[in-house]
Amino acid sequence: MTTTLEAPALSGSQRPPGRLLDRTFRGVVLFAGALVLIILALIAGTMVNKAMPIFRSEGLGYFTHDVWDPAHAKFGTLAFTFGTVVVSSLALLLAVPVSIGIALFTTEVAPPWLRKPVTYLVDLLAAVPSVVYGLWGILVLAPALPGFYDNIHSVVGGVPILGTLFSGDPISGRSFMTAGVILAIMITPIVTSIARETFTTVPQSLKDAAHALGATRWEMIRAAVIPHSRSGLVAGILVGLGRALGETIAVALVIGSSPQISAKLFSSGDALAAVIANQFGEATGNTRPALIGMAVVLFLVTLVVGVLARGYVARAERRTGGAV
Amino acid sequence: MIHSRARWLVALVLAFGLLAAACGSDTKKGSGGGNSTSSTTAAAKKLAAATLNGSGATFPQAYYETVISEFKKPQPAVTVTYGGGGSGKGQSDLQAGLVQWAGSDSTVKPEDMAKFKGPFLYFPTVAAPITVSYNLAAVKNLQLSPDTLAGIFGGKITKWDDAAIKADNPKATLPADAITVVHRADASGTTGNFTKYLVAAAPTAWTLGTDKVVAWPTGQQAGTANGGVAQLVHDTAGAIGYVDYSDAKAAQLVFASIKNADGKYVAPSVDSATAALAGATLNADLTYNPLNAPGAKTYPITAPTYILVYTAQADPAVKAALQGLLAFIYADGQTLAPTVDFAPLPAAILGKAKAQIAKIGA
Repeated sequence: MTTTLEAPALSGSQRPPGRLLDRTFRGVVLFAGALVLIILALIAGTMVNKAMPIFRSEGLGYFTHDVWDPAHAKFGTLAFTFGTVVVSSLALLLAVPVSIGIALFTTEVAPPWLRKPVTYLVDLLAAVPSVVYGLWGILVLAPALPGFYDNIHSVVGGVPILGTLFSGDPISGRSFMTAGVILAIMITPIVTSIARETFTTVPQSLKDAAHALGATRWEMIRAAVIPHSRSGLVAGILVGLGRALGETIAVALVIGSSPQISAKLFSSGDALAAVIANQFGEATGNTRPALIGMAVVLFLVTLVVGVLARGYVARAERRTGGAV
Repeated sequence: MIHSRARWLVALVLAFGLLAAACGSDTKKGSGGGNSTSSTTAAAKKLAAATLNGSGATFPQAYYETVISEFKKPQPAVTVTYGGGGSGKGQSDLQAGLVQWAGSDSTVKPEDMAKFKGPFLYFPTVAAPITVSYNLAAVKNLQLSPDTLAGIFGGKITKWDDAAIKADNPKATLPADAITVVHRADASGTTGNFTKYLVAAAPTAWTLGTDKVVAWPTGQQAGTANGGVAQLVHDTAGAIGYVDYSDAKAAQLVFASIKNADGKYVAPSVDSATAALAGATLNADLTYNPLNAPGAKTYPITAPTYILVYTAQADPAVKAALQGLLAFIYADGQTLAPTVDFAPLPAAILGKAKAQIAKIGA
């Protein structure tokens, strides 16, 4: 026979103090979470509000035209959006394989005595301020790259698509590619950190199982480590992408500041964050709301990319039957 | 336990002591009546303590910083700061009431007028030439007319041995190199004034309009701030760019002589800029346009700059400090200007500007 004992109802002063603390904790944490959402909504709302004059006067053309001419009151941001997307994509293409490689090296391949120093070094690089990278880029990388670009162009010049991609006028080395390279160097440490953390959560049993089935190290990584870490990797890539999209000073210094939509990666261009930094201080009249509108565009680009990335993870999870 | 409590007490007492000392030193004891600095300001009365925060155009920043450090000597109680940040920032800071005075290279646009808290006054301070600096070892004294300038910066003239440049320089041997044009990557009053000059002097040849940012043709180089453009011109053979006078001198660039409205080729200097100011017409609100001004010795690309202050001033100490600062600029400040490569105002403008000081707080 089982007896259930009911706890007697306690009145105010008799309740154990733990419950009040619990409720306060819950309240504070709820407030913090809500605060983040509220601040985000306020930022979005204020930006859209301040940029309303330009949205009303330009309409959709603001997003789709590529001529930015304040002297004739023409505000079209397509060239800047193009520049931001191109430079961030280049940065991801260059940084993600390297980051995953470093993360795999430190978790799977490196001897134990090497792991800590490499991890420490990578985390240190993530803390270096971006203006240092930008200055190094403008003083060292930009002058050194034109020769490099010429070599690449002479090799792939004849090939139909690659030839156009890897061409352009690298007079002072300031181009989409230079900005992409600098951004890649900047986001590698942070993507590596997150990837490494994700890889360490892969259960040893999973890896042992792969080995037991006769997998080589690379096959084990491909079969056990990477699928398990998919959503963590996507999160890391999104963090890196966020940093790349918002990177202002470094990009402004090496992208060349000539807004154009061109398939030639070695030619100069311009990016959203860079042009806001360059032009906001002096902006008067209609140019001010136009630049605030660019912040809204940046916001939208980030949202779209984030949603797409999460959608990809969700679809992958469904395909693997929730194995992630 | 007692030890840690004692330590806390000592720390608290020290903190209070520090606070009391800080509060106590607020009232500055002036060093009697006269001061030993040789100032042409006739025995300026010692002003009460006040803080004047300013921001705005970077074009005159070097001049204002010199003025601020010299103003501290006769008026130690007044704290003046100038944060720079661009004419746009200066205007918006004044609109928000964050600063007491703003520096601006350009007049306020009509659509921004309503954003100010009340009527404000323009006080012209100094002017400086915008040089057209170039890097061509073979040519020491390049001469350029406005139409040629418009063609070069508009991307239509691409080689140094173009017929138009040859026509401006009949005696020079010009190489067949490509011209590398350098413009500003950031929005700038210097770009605004340079393009305003081109619109006035070469209306048919210049099609890009005028603003702090214009749609430059692709293929040109962009530098950040006057220093960036100066560095690019200095480092690139065959380059040409527009740089303000003090930065061009600092980078040891070579300037071109520009054909003024009277048809004479004049090189940029403090004297030729002053001549341009003398030839300009003054508006009722003390704004003026020295660009493409008449006169045989004028340098046609001379840019003005103004200080903006509200007419209504609530705080009497701030009002007195503003009037004192402006009076200083129109006395000692004018003799200081050439020492930092800025042109002082001519007598006609100076007289009207001094008279306008009385309107502050009226």
